[in-house]
Amino acid sequence: MSALSRRELLVGGVAAGAGLVIGFYLPHGSGSQKDTFSPNAYLRITPDNKVTIVVARSEMGQGVRTALPMILAEELEADWKQIEIEQAGASMLYGDQTTGGSASVRTTWDPMRKAGAAAREMLISAAALAWNVPRSACSAENGHVKHTASNRSLSYGELAGKAATLPIPTDVPLKQSKDYKIVGQRLARVDSPAKVKGEATFGIDFRTPGMRYALLSRCPVIGGKVASFDDKESRKISGVSYVGKIGDSAVAVVADSVWGAMEGRRVLNVAWDEGPNKDLNTAAVMASLKQGASKNGANLFAVGEPAKVSGRHISAEYQLPFMAHAPMEPGNCTAHYRGSKCELWAPTQVPQDCRDSVAQAIGLDPDQVKVNVTLMGGGFGRRLEHDYAVEAAQVSKAINAPVKVVWTREDDMRFSTYRPASFHQLSATLDASGVPVALTHRIIAPSISGQKGQPVPNGVDPDLPDEAGPVYGIPNYSIEYVMTETPVPLGWMRSVYALQSAFALESFIDELAVAAGKDPVQYRLHLLAKDQDLPYFTTTWKTSRMRGVLQLAAEKAGWNKALAARRYRGVACFGCFSSYMAEVVEISMENDQPRVQRVVAAVDCGQVVNPSILEQQIQGGVVYGLANALRAKITIEKGRIVQGNFDDYGPLRMDETPTVEVYAVPSQEGPTGIGEPSVPPVAPALCNAIYAATKKRIRALPILS
Amino acid sequence: MADLTLRVNGSERKVSVPPETPLLWVLRDTLELTGTKFGCGAGLCGACTVHVEGNAIRSCSTAVSQVAGKSVTTIEGLGANGLHVLQQAWLAEEVPQCGYCQTGQIMSAAALLVKTPNPTDDQITQAMNGNLCRCGTYERIRKAIHRAAGDTAASGGAR
Repeated sequence: MSALSRRELLVGGVAAGAGLVIGFYLPHGSGSQKDTFSPNAYLRITPDNKVTIVVARSEMGQGVRTALPMILAEELEADWKQIEIEQAGASMLYGDQTTGGSASVRTTWDPMRKAGAAAREMLISAAALAWNVPRSACSAENGHVKHTASNRSLSYGELAGKAATLPIPTDVPLKQSKDYKIVGQRLARVDSPAKVKGEATFGIDFRTPGMRYALLSRCPVIGGKVASFDDKESRKISGVSYVGKIGDSAVAVVADSVWGAMEGRRVLNVAWDEGPNKDLNTAAVMASLKQGASKNGANLFAVGEPAKVSGRHISAEYQLPFMAHAPMEPGNCTAHYRGSKCELWAPTQVPQDCRDSVAQAIGLDPDQVKVNVTLMGGGFGRRLEHDYAVEAAQVSKAINAPVKVVWTREDDMRFSTYRPASFHQLSATLDASGVPVALTHRIIAPSISGQKGQPVPNGVDPDLPDEAGPVYGIPNYSIEYVMTETPVPLGWMRSVYALQSAFALESFIDELAVAAGKDPVQYRLHLLAKDQDLPYFTTTWKTSRMRGVLQLAAEKAGWNKALAARRYRGVACFGCFSSYMAEVVEISMENDQPRVQRVVAAVDCGQVVNPSILEQQIQGGVVYGLANALRAKITIEKGRIVQGNFDDYGPLRMDETPTVEVYAVPSQEGPTGIGEPSVPPVAPALCNAIYAATKKRIRALPILS
Repeated sequence: MADLTLRVNGSERKVSVPPETPLLWVLRDTLELTGTKFGCGAGLCGACTVHVEGNAIRSCSTAVSQVAGKSVTTIEGLGANGLHVLQQAWLAEEVPQCGYCQTGQIMSAAALLVKTPNPTDDQITQAMNGNLCRCGTYERIRKAIHRAAGDTAASGGAR
């Protein structure tokens, strides 16, 4: 049984014919519910026998529109075919609506199940009352309540009205995993048919009557402003109807087609006030980052006293560059300003931030701004920003008409927010057998939240509790964070700081294994041999679960078997977003360059909701991680981002993509994150394979520079 | 401005646009066929792939005047009688994640299968290497093409 409080569920929809509506609250990340109960998700069962879940979790490819209904349908005993998910827009009434942090399944698992179970129990009660039979003689199955003794059956749609008049039960039995019929199945994603037919409406596909198109010319220098502009040539372009300054640092060109706006922008003449960063370059940014190493940091994790341990001392430094998300759909947003209100159609992970920042930018109250969330052509964290929404609203207000702001690929690359560059100092003390008895990891990096003016309690960037935890049971072990500053705009990119943390730590562990003359898998297993709890902020990392994924990956990769000739492999494991991940990367070397042949990935993410979506997320994360490791690098010259398109910032293509085998440790634990945890182990496992092949240690990414 | 007649998905469409306008924007903005996507504007990602006279081309880098009078097929016209065998295979293999690049992927694959009904892995890589996917769906794309090729062989042709 699972106790339900009044704060968890709210019944509504008692108006005649409305059916049964249950409101519930889906927390985000580790955030807690506010004092007042404000549901941010609804389950609606209508007399036409439709079951609808209204929820603000944005679909950016990760499969939430399939996985979340599966969780609820399981407890509801619904017919899978009768369930639909409806995207909620930003609402003042709702709690947090952010999609990110690999949080959608792990944070909604309990509330989704409870809402489904409560509705199921209410429908059973409604049927028992209708038939005047004991509740215990009725059962729910496949969207119906049945009374087996009299062979009667009523559909959920028929029962919804009656159920809505009943109180929400205070206790609901939740199903045992052995009885699951939907959770754990490879159900087809509900969004696929529209996507293969070209019928799916992404943000960039949205249109509304009278809509015009805008491109913005933004100051190429970070932090620069518009000094003046001359629009004479732009106005000559067919279809251009408006050219005007937007904010301090951009000029918009509005036309009756995207192409017209592109051409109008191409010939626009803007004089820039380049500001304080006009001489900024990558070398200076990295130098200032390294200077941070001399500062004291904040403790993220500390056991024992690493400084007091004696033995063989080894240390190494690692660094990573800025990286760009580069989702396939460039930034865009449609806005329609109408004086006292403004409506947006935004491909966004943060509808509420869009609403609030738009309201502030154009002088409205937040409740005068309506945000509709569209499908997204990838997010990877880029759409946790709301710059494109603000621009669209500002342009719409300037021209007093609906407008779609479109970014080009170059705009996306040069005016993005970037994964922070970072610098890492690792040191270890080995005992006589080569085992580390002390380990310290100092992470020196700018804070994403800090740069955005959000709280950084005790000098700890609020993302680090999900992304920089301990892996091994080492008796003297400290992880420290030194916050630095940079003028380069920062953003949350898939796996955020876990990519940097894992690259440094797992490359270093490999160095230690080499120094100790041990096999890298056996070395790690030795450090995980004892069952230990490693409490880290709100997560308790368990060496047993990390050991489980490492053993599984090693076994499936055939680690103990000989490799084919001229094949080499490396291993890495890491935990983030409460999931455990181990990967074995197998490579060959061609012209001194690594070619990745095979990746074996093992995950422990608790109960798997949909194995097909899990496999997608892990394969996708590995491909994303390989691109990060091999090539991803954003550089700065004269205050400008150098890279512009897929020729100088190259994602992985098919010819570089290895087979990625995915294995999950069977588990009945609650589900944990899956969108991001496969990314961090890729780079260190690959670099460790390169070491195995060449005896060259890569301590700075990207690998191919 | 130029008055041009295009044959798009079997229908004659008259447009009045600057002749240098890339076909992509005429399809998307003028003809409202938004299944063809904008990804890079430079022929680097393949999201805008359509067929002109049966050949896969990058519509972001092809002036509309170059295709006047020619037959253009977009994703909306690919499965004229229901889903194309590749679209079915894409569903069977559960290829799409975000889905944004997938229409371009399918158009490239469709052009491949017409010329090479039973492609090898290398032939698939060669034909598909110009199509980027940031979600990393390449492995399932490859499987889906093989599946469609098998289905094609069984039913006697891609169309």
